[in-house]
Amino acid sequence: MVIESAQPLLPIAIVLCVSVLILLSRKKPNVREFWSIAGAVLTFAAVVMMVPPVWRGDRLVYTLSTIAPGISLNFRVDALSLVFGIVSSFLWIFASVYNIGYMRTLKEHAQTRYYVCFAVSILGAQGVSYSGGLFSLYLFYEIITLFTYPLVAHHQDEEGYAGGKKYLVYLMGTSKGLLLPAVILTYVMTGTLDFSDTITSGVFPGGADNVWITVTYVLFIFGFAKAAIMPFHNWLPSAMVAPTPVSALLHAVAVVKAGVFCIARVMLSTFGTALLQDSGLGLLTAYFVSFTILAASIIALTKDDLKARLAYSTVSQLSYVILGVALLDKSGVLGGIIHILNHGFSKITLFFCAGAIFVASRRKKISDMAGIGYAMPFTMGAFAIASLSMIGVPPVAGFVTKWYLLNGALEIGNLPIMIILMASTILNAGYFVPITFRAFFTGDKKTWKQEGIGEAPLTMVIPLVIAALISVGLGLYPNAFSYLIGRLF
Amino acid sequence: MEKYLIMNPLDFPILSTIIFLPLVGVALILLMRKELAIKVTALIASIATLVLSVVLCAYFDPRTPRFQFGESLSWIQMYNINYTLGVDGITILLIVLTALVTPACVLCSWTSISQRIKEFMICILLMETSMIGVFCSLDFILFYVFWEAMLIPMYLLIAVWGGPQRDYASIKFFIYTLFGSVFLLVAIIALYLVNGTFSIPEAMYKNYPFQFQAWVFLAFAIAFAIKVPMFPFHTWLPAAHTEAPTAGSVLLASILLKMGTYGFMRFCLPITPVASFAFAPYIVALSVIAIIYGGFVCLSQTDMKKLIAYSSVAHMGFVTLGIFTFTKIGFEGAMLQMINHGITTGALFLSVGIVYERTHSRDIYDNAGLGKITPVYVGFFGLFAISSFGFPGTNNFVGELYVLVSAFAWSKAVGFLAVVGAVLAAAYMLRLLKLIVWGREDKRTIRDMNLREVIYLLPLGVFVIWIGLFPRPFVRMMEMTLSHLLWRLQGFSH
Repeated sequence: MVIESAQPLLPIAIVLCVSVLILLSRKKPNVREFWSIAGAVLTFAAVVMMVPPVWRGDRLVYTLSTIAPGISLNFRVDALSLVFGIVSSFLWIFASVYNIGYMRTLKEHAQTRYYVCFAVSILGAQGVSYSGGLFSLYLFYEIITLFTYPLVAHHQDEEGYAGGKKYLVYLMGTSKGLLLPAVILTYVMTGTLDFSDTITSGVFPGGADNVWITVTYVLFIFGFAKAAIMPFHNWLPSAMVAPTPVSALLHAVAVVKAGVFCIARVMLSTFGTALLQDSGLGLLTAYFVSFTILAASIIALTKDDLKARLAYSTVSQLSYVILGVALLDKSGVLGGIIHILNHGFSKITLFFCAGAIFVASRRKKISDMAGIGYAMPFTMGAFAIASLSMIGVPPVAGFVTKWYLLNGALEIGNLPIMIILMASTILNAGYFVPITFRAFFTGDKKTWKQEGIGEAPLTMVIPLVIAALISVGLGLYPNAFSYLIGRLF
Repeated sequence: MEKYLIMNPLDFPILSTIIFLPLVGVALILLMRKELAIKVTALIASIATLVLSVVLCAYFDPRTPRFQFGESLSWIQMYNINYTLGVDGITILLIVLTALVTPACVLCSWTSISQRIKEFMICILLMETSMIGVFCSLDFILFYVFWEAMLIPMYLLIAVWGGPQRDYASIKFFIYTLFGSVFLLVAIIALYLVNGTFSIPEAMYKNYPFQFQAWVFLAFAIAFAIKVPMFPFHTWLPAAHTEAPTAGSVLLASILLKMGTYGFMRFCLPITPVASFAFAPYIVALSVIAIIYGGFVCLSQTDMKKLIAYSSVAHMGFVTLGIFTFTKIGFEGAMLQMINHGITTGALFLSVGIVYERTHSRDIYDNAGLGKITPVYVGFFGLFAISSFGFPGTNNFVGELYVLVSAFAWSKAVGFLAVVGAVLAAAYMLRLLKLIVWGREDKRTIRDMNLREVIYLLPLGVFVIWIGLFPRPFVRMMEMTLSHLLWRLQGFSH
């Protein structure tokens, strides 16, 4: 059932108000950080309020304004929206708490700008989740790009500017140069930018020119460069110059997931599974992103900088989502979408750990971390759990993804995809296990004691431990989200 | 005549009042000596005009394609010249835009113009009268009078209050525009010889042989292409925009450039439809060149005003592209872009003026790194800068979207080429914005914006977001006129 309701606007409105409040309370850091946390909690509450109707199989829709015939600023909430909406709003709570410890311990500059941009980026992520058509999607997608730029270039040194420039060139270049024409071609061919009602049908009429449909599809896939599909992935490792909470929430969750979410949305709600199946574009996509999955993992193996390794791991893992959706069967789509959630929780844990290590010991390189497990047992324990999830070991969340994806590949009897999934699992283990091993089983306790290095501030450790525990929870009890996503079919 | 013109339903001649109200201001200013009194009078006159134009909007009937608020008086009977005024969906918003921008021009010159303030304000108000006059005229001679009348105060604005190279810039502007005007006059006389009347609506509803249409189109096109300006007639623009005082640049960018595209829509399309179709591919090609060329030139500018001036070349390319792809959405997009460009580029020139008053430099580097020093200013500048490159949610995005849809429907190759221009726009504007916000580290004492400056930028900022998110009310004002125009054109398309 389709329910006309302005409810999807609520979380967006809350974040907007919070951004203004943060700006207004710039003179009082404690009040300012209170608004961040309160805003995150309220936003999450507003998102949760939308779960019951979607759980029942309904869909919330709302049109704010008409831009042109067939183009409107409209919103819709279905299972796909909610998965991303829940992840980005819930993890914002953690990130807000973690931010305080990180930013204050390191005495970072321009903290108000930082918090405002952080909040507006979340606004973008929320808006992307609830977009009801390509116009709204594009609007919020671009808001994310623009407002994460000051976060990436936050340090305002040469490295920051270089990373920031690359970030903008990749993301704005692709969204203007590829995504915009894709959106317009869609409109010219279909007369609408709204998403279709079911994930099978799509909006393209039967007689549309196949060549131009393919061109449009390719433009979409590369246009959403936030998904970091190779060759448009290079901005992500460069974006790691940002403060670590930014890498954690934005470049492991909000920004990159916005990219894969958009691709999933366009594949399911603009093209539809039937068209992708018939034209063979679905499977082609699956093979294409397989390259990214493997290549990024191989590059990750070579990185000694912890954040760089995590970044390449993200590039690889993001393509799981697209791979799953591209399989076009129920298990595949389910596995792909649920990975938005699973990867989100696990990867934010890993980045939180990297940030905590940096704050506590100023260390960035994995080779310098021998024995760090003695000094920071909670942090590295959480790291170990989350990295198991990345590898796909039961009972941590990542296992659920791999289970569904393998099932999906099995259902369509595609052996190459299964082999790719196995190979990537081995690669994942190859670059994550050594970190844990080095932390706990090598090095000397004493050196850490002498340097006086212990755990990071509690505002950092608590969020990362909880996030790790939730990863386990999601692995042990995946049913709720599986059921929710199943509502798409 | 009645067929095309709905007479004014109000109990006073609203169009004449709007046109000549600034002249009343001029008359009063002539009697004054005190600087403050002059400024206040100019401000009141321009704001009163704005209020009346809003009233005009409120009474405007968007359901008819005919001219409204008609006024007609016999003027020179021997040649059948009449004083005929009227407003339709094409002009209504342009009039409001003019009336909105003029008070901003008065306010932005409040302290930045220190000498001959009296003459300056007179020029601004004379500009307003002639600009609104151009939009309201339904008689060729009346139109031409207003058209030429714009030239003199604008020339003076550049030549008297302009920058160091004002002589060069003002003469160049004058010669280019006058050159175009001659062709305009030729076309007008040619039409008179055929029709026996200078009435614009009557000229619009006649069929002319193709050869006649082709010559008339070309004569019109030269005049308007210079005004727009279209590539390769654009070289007067950077000089004039750069050297003019802030108010002059704003009037040039916001309104005067629209005269060219307005001319295309008002004269070329309805009077010479067959020729318009025939020449459309060339105009489209020139538009695309302007879009891409303008973008590349902007990338290498170090002068803020020059950058914005060249960006106008690219933006106006979108307008002509929208007009000459002959779809409803293209026409609407072109009209929206005319309004949007007026708002955004006007606001950008105002912003440059604000910082120029403080640093006395238009160089990007001299004005760089203001993020921490003048946060309010940077906020406004940021909004207008992202609007200028068509960031979604702002006015220019909607206009560009409309035009691009039309371009893609016309030819996918043209569409993709125009997209290149959109990418370039993002590149040069973000570069400028980044430098202005973060380009320098050193601490300088530069005042942030004062209340007066906020007052004239804020309404423009509101329109940026308003049109960006809720464009339909604006489109509805022009929809009928444009549909009617397209419907008539389609009759000639084969």
